[in-house]
Amino acid sequence: MASNGIKDQVAIVGMGCTTFGEHWDRDASDMLIESATEAYQSAGVDPDDVDAYWLGTFASGVSGLVFSEALKTPYKPVTRLENMCATGSEAIRNAAYAVASGAYDLVMAVGVEKLKDGGYSGLVVPGPDGDGTESSMTAPAMFSLLAPAYCEKYGVEEAELKDVLSRIAWKNHVAGAKNPKAQFRKEVPIETICKSPRIAGMFGVFDCSGVADGSAAAILCRAEDAHKYTDNPIYLKAFSIAAGPNEGFISEDYDFTTFQEVVVSAQDAYKQAGITNPREQISMAEVHDCFTATELVLMEDMGFSERGQGWRDVMEGRFDGDGAQPVNPDGGLKSFGHPIGASGLRMMYEMWLQLRGEAGERQIDNPKLGLTHNLGGQPGRCVSFVSIVGNELG
Amino acid sequence: MSGILGYGAYVPYYRLSRQAIGGGGKGERAVASYDEDSVSMAVEAGREVTRMFDTNSGAGPIDTLVFATTSPPYAEKLNAAAITVALDLPTSVRSMELGGNTRMGLGALLLGTDLGAAGKTALVCLSDVVVGGPGGARERESGDGAVAFITGPDDQAIARVLGQASSTTEVLDVWRLPGDQFARQWEERFGIEVLGPISLDTAQRALSAANVAPDQLTSVILDATNKRDVAGIPRALGLKSEQVANMLADNLGRCGAAHAGMVLANTLDTAQAGDKILVLSTADGCDAVVLEVTDKINQAKPKRSVQHWLASANNELAYNTYLKWRGVLPFEPPRRPDPDRPAAPIMRRHERWKYSFYGSRCECGQGHLPPQRACVKCRSIDKMKEERFADEPCKVTTFTLDHLAYSLQPPVISTVADFDVGGRLACELTDADPAAVKIGNRLEMTFRRFYTGQGVHNYFWKARPQR
Repeated sequence: MASNGIKDQVAIVGMGCTTFGEHWDRDASDMLIESATEAYQSAGVDPDDVDAYWLGTFASGVSGLVFSEALKTPYKPVTRLENMCATGSEAIRNAAYAVASGAYDLVMAVGVEKLKDGGYSGLVVPGPDGDGTESSMTAPAMFSLLAPAYCEKYGVEEAELKDVLSRIAWKNHVAGAKNPKAQFRKEVPIETICKSPRIAGMFGVFDCSGVADGSAAAILCRAEDAHKYTDNPIYLKAFSIAAGPNEGFISEDYDFTTFQEVVVSAQDAYKQAGITNPREQISMAEVHDCFTATELVLMEDMGFSERGQGWRDVMEGRFDGDGAQPVNPDGGLKSFGHPIGASGLRMMYEMWLQLRGEAGERQIDNPKLGLTHNLGGQPGRCVSFVSIVGNELG
Repeated sequence: MSGILGYGAYVPYYRLSRQAIGGGGKGERAVASYDEDSVSMAVEAGREVTRMFDTNSGAGPIDTLVFATTSPPYAEKLNAAAITVALDLPTSVRSMELGGNTRMGLGALLLGTDLGAAGKTALVCLSDVVVGGPGGARERESGDGAVAFITGPDDQAIARVLGQASSTTEVLDVWRLPGDQFARQWEERFGIEVLGPISLDTAQRALSAANVAPDQLTSVILDATNKRDVAGIPRALGLKSEQVANMLADNLGRCGAAHAGMVLANTLDTAQAGDKILVLSTADGCDAVVLEVTDKINQAKPKRSVQHWLASANNELAYNTYLKWRGVLPFEPPRRPDPDRPAAPIMRRHERWKYSFYGSRCECGQGHLPPQRACVKCRSIDKMKEERFADEPCKVTTFTLDHLAYSLQPPVISTVADFDVGGRLACELTDADPAAVKIGNRLEMTFRRFYTGQGVHNYFWKARPQR
């Protein structure tokens, strides 16, 4: 048994990302053309130079044809994959492993999602035929189970936790306001967040990420070839993914204050990357803040905060854009928006900008290592992805 | 000779006050929740009696199910089949349905006792959701509820049949066309003229068959589509007012085909050995039976009496909510997709889970709902035993109020419930006040109709606060 990883074997040499939002004027194919074209240009390559593609989409199309027909790529391999909300991350993981294997020299990972054409509120998850006994919980309801459980376990008052959650939303809106590609580019006063109409449990509208359309793409090659394409590649240090057995909804031991899948995937990634103290060694992180309480729990599951202390770190501003360990400097799912298949690659896009010093007014001072965390499912039963990337080898 | 071996009732949680309806009248009527129908309520009543029966009777296993209702969820497809599976009766059970008018409730009970005389043990479930046109007497005076009896040979009976009589007459009194939402009724004075004398005659013939004089009766239950059809009987039989049963008009309403049985259950709740009861139901004719309570009555009283059910109520139901629940009032749909129809092969494969509510338990002790082949704890494969959780109590471990999910009564209360015997289930909480739900609340399972998608009723189990 081994999870050896591919530390420093593969580099990202070009990326592209559309604006995220309600793109009433664009098809999924339009967004794929946009992000892929930007990525080709970013790497300075011709589409014909790319040997193979991994397309992540949750439900905006079936098969590799979604991409090959949009871009008219001539008979290249295109793999379509899906891993719930971690779909975009799964695309880059598979693409990177293909490069590391030596099977291809230059590949693209691309993700896309078109969520806003359905006409529904919130996310609608298509599923296989069922027996009618499946839970009808909506995504905000699933994640809202974290809040009262956290209060109960750590003796935090509900009103106190509501302030913590609102501060997370506020922080991510502050970041989004500085991001020209984000869905919501406006700071929101913390009182407005606190008072927003309830959606599920303690969550108001502002505790939920944006439902958005969008696409993002990355071009990867072996690390030793990176400088053929760019002076500032970013290197992949670790990829980990953990799929849970649904302990949370079977075992009475699970208490809804943690994601075991996140703990396992983070520890695996730290081991691959040689990280022993994530709180100090990780310069910044893009995490799966689908709901505010998710981000709070993630801080503890990934070792950025001690157990039961994450809420204090949030209130002290540790994860702010100008804090000791910025989290979601691009606005996160909260204000950048969450087009499922694209989100994991959007997180990587922020790493690409920050680690190359191209993040503009939200640039973090001299980052070395960044982490992306992407999660699909719900507390108790999910898949969790963690990557670590850096701008130096070794 | 045959009789009733056990009984159990179910009255839904909600009450619609007649004041809320408007147009006069006092008291309230019982209302099936948006997630209930005649089948789900029949299951609830059936559980009350089968739970007792398992432990207290020496009679043979239930071999027949008789279901009576005027509100069958499916016009074609055996509604009784869902009841048999939800009650975990063996597939060898014979089942049948009676409908057509409200008298078929008592008719079903008498069919059950007739089968008892032939050595059979029958579960008779009477259940109805009665919808009347808004503003009319039927809406105001009806109720929703269910009652179930086990019938069989009289050596085990808690109430023996002493005698019975019937009559059938072709008369246009109350009628409803297929597809119509509301029944119609001819001028009531006409019904009284025709059905009054028929009812009295049937009562007298039943008493004569039983060789019981009217003054020997402890209780007389007079049920009819129009109560005035039978209003003259007490005087004609020379009954004292204390002999005439309270028909629960004030706090229940007439529960269609379940009503005569429901009032009988209420009477049995306080009955003593030796009591003689006349039960009569009038609609397109009349059925009447004289019963004698035996000394087995005290061991067979269900855990929850009719009065217990009536006292466990929410009286805050708004009239417009009631009308939405019954599909009378159209409303703004949520911006969420319509629920999917469940798939027939999967329902069939998962029948033990979906209807009978069997989970599984691994050799290592870990419970699994739904049943699993691989254990989440020790990861052994196929080391599981089936385990029925339907009657196991559980508690709220955590919960949330979901304002986004589709429901006829938002917010949906979603809970993670842990069973006392071990095992966890994420499920909906029903018949609960969202503001009152707390971690640790005691819960029990209840069989419900979740929704109807593309013409398919979707039944499954929810939790409710213990009633």
